Amino acid sequence: MTSKKTHNELLPHLFRQEYVKMTAVLCRHFGLEHMEIAEDIASDTFLKASEYWAINGVPENPTGWLYAVAKNKTKDYFKRLAIFETQIKNSIKSSETEDEKDFEFSNQNISDSQLAMIFVVCNPVNPTEAQICLALQVLCGFSIEEIANSFLSKPETIKKRLQRARTNLRNDKFQIKNVSREEIKSRLDTVLKTLYLLFNEGYFSKTNNQLIRKDLCSEAIRLTLILTENPLTNQSQTNALLALMCFQSSRLEARTNDKGEAILFDEQDKSLWDKSLIERGNYYLINATNGNEISRYHLEAGIAYWHITPTGENKWKHILQLYNQLILIEYSPVTALNRIFAFAKVYGNKKAISAAETLNLVDSDYYHGLLGYLYSDINITKAVEHYEQAIQLTKSKIEKQTLKRKIERLRKFS
Amino acid sequence: MKEFALIFRLKDISDFRPSPEQMQERMNWLAGIASQNKLADKGNTLLPNTGSAKTVKRNNVVTDGAYTEIKEFISGYIVVKAETIDEAVEMAKANPIFDQVGGSIEVREVLKRD
Repeated sequence: MTSKKTHNELLPHLFRQEYVKMTAVLCRHFGLEHMEIAEDIASDTFLKASEYWAINGVPENPTGWLYAVAKNKTKDYFKRLAIFETQIKNSIKSSETEDEKDFEFSNQNISDSQLAMIFVVCNPVNPTEAQICLALQVLCGFSIEEIANSFLSKPETIKKRLQRARTNLRNDKFQIKNVSREEIKSRLDTVLKTLYLLFNEGYFSKTNNQLIRKDLCSEAIRLTLILTENPLTNQSQTNALLALMCFQSSRLEARTNDKGEAILFDEQDKSLWDKSLIERGNYYLINATNGNEISRYHLEAGIAYWHITPTGENKWKHILQLYNQLILIEYSPVTALNRIFAFAKVYGNKKAISAAETLNLVDSDYYHGLLGYLYSDINITKAVEHYEQAIQLTKSKIEKQTLKRKIERLRKFS
Repeated sequence: MKEFALIFRLKDISDFRPSPEQMQERMNWLAGIASQNKLADKGNTLLPNTGSAKTVKRNNVVTDGAYTEIKEFISGYIVVKAETIDEAVEMAKANPIFDQVGGSIEVREVLKRD
C-alpha cells in the first residue's frame, strides 16, 4: 500500500504518468478544438487531489480516485454547457461531443486515446522541432521549463513555439475521435520520425543533465511501445525503431562519466551496459524482419546491434556495409562521418583520411575531431591541428575539455 | 551544380557477377560519392543475360543480348552531381572495376530542361 508515501512524493509521479493519459482520453472525447478544456479539467483534477490528499491522506487507489474526479468534472462541464445551450438557444454546435456524453477511463480507451494523441501531435503541419516540443508537453507531460532545459533555450521561446503549434493543430481539423486507417498509414512515417528525433534529443542531448536525457529516452520508448501494441501501427519499421532505441539505451549509463563527459566507445565499461535492454532490442529486431522493407531504422538498429556485439572478425565490415546502405537512403553529415570511422576500422586510418578529406565538412567540429583521431597514429602535428580546430568550432564546454585532454595525451607521446 | 550520368560498360558477361569482396568495394565507392552528398540518383544495374536483354532495330529486327556494335555492354548507370565534367571524371577514375575486371565508364552531362 502506498499510504507510507505522502501525497507530496506521489503526486508529481502520478501527474507525469496520468495527466497525459487523462488529457488524451478527454481530448478524444471533446474533440481536438477543445483541447484546452480537456487540459483544464485534468489540471483541475490534480489541483483538487493536491488539496484533498493533503488533508485526508492519499486514497486507497490514487489513480482510480483521479479518474473518478475527472469524470465528474467532465459531466459537470457538459451539464453547464447543456444549460447554457438550452437557455440561450444559441446554436453552439459542439459537433463531436453532442451525441456521446458518457465515456470510460478504461484501459482500452486510454491506450486508444494515447495512440490517437500521438498521431495528433506528430502532424506535418508543424515543423519537426515544434512537433517534438508538443510531444514532450502533450504526450509526456513535461512542463515548459523542463522542455526549455532539454533544448537549452528560453521558456519564453518554447512557450511561443508551443502556442503556434497548437494553433496549427486546431486549424488542421484533424479528427481525433476516429483516426482512420488511411490516416494512420499515411502518417506513420512522420510519427516514427518524430519519436526517433525525440529519442535522439535525449541520447545526443545538448544538456549534460543525465536525468533529463534518461527521461527523454524512456519517454520515446514508452510512446513507441504504444505503437507496437496496435496492429495498425505495429509495422516492421516500428519494431526496428524500438530495437534501435533499446540498443542505444542499453549504453546510456556507460556513455558518460559522473561529470557528464562523453566516454569513447572503446573506453566504455561494458559491465555497465544494460543486458535486459539488449535482449529486448534483439527481440524487436527479430520482429522487425517480418517484412521485405528495409528502413533507415533497420539499418541503424543493425549498426547499434553490431556495436554491442562482442568483437567478431567481420564486425566492422558489417557496420561499414550498413553505413553504406544508410548513406544511400539519406545523406547526412553525421552518417558520412560515422561511416568514415567504420571505414578506418576495416581499411586502416591512412585510407580513411583520404576518404574523409573528400567530405569537405571543414565547418564541422565532429569532422576535425574525427581527423584528429585518424591522424593520431600517423602525424601528431596534424592530429593536434585538427583537434584545435574542433575546439574552436564546438560550442560544448565539456567537448572542449575532452578535446584538450586528447591533445595533452598526444603531446606526451611526441 | 551540374549532373552527369556515369554509364558503366563491361567486356565480359562473366564479369557481371562480382564476388562479395568486389561487391563490397563497389558499394564503398558508391557510398563514398553519397557521403559527399554528390549522388543525384543511385541509378540501376542492368541485367545483360539472354532473356533480360534485347536490342530492337529498324524494320522489327530484334536481336538477343546487350551487345550492339561494340563488344562492350552496358551494365548500369548512376547520376552524380559535380561542378565540372573533370570532377565527375575524377569520381569515375576511383571506381574499383578498373582494377577488378576492366571495362569503361562513360561520363555524360545531363541536359537540364527548365
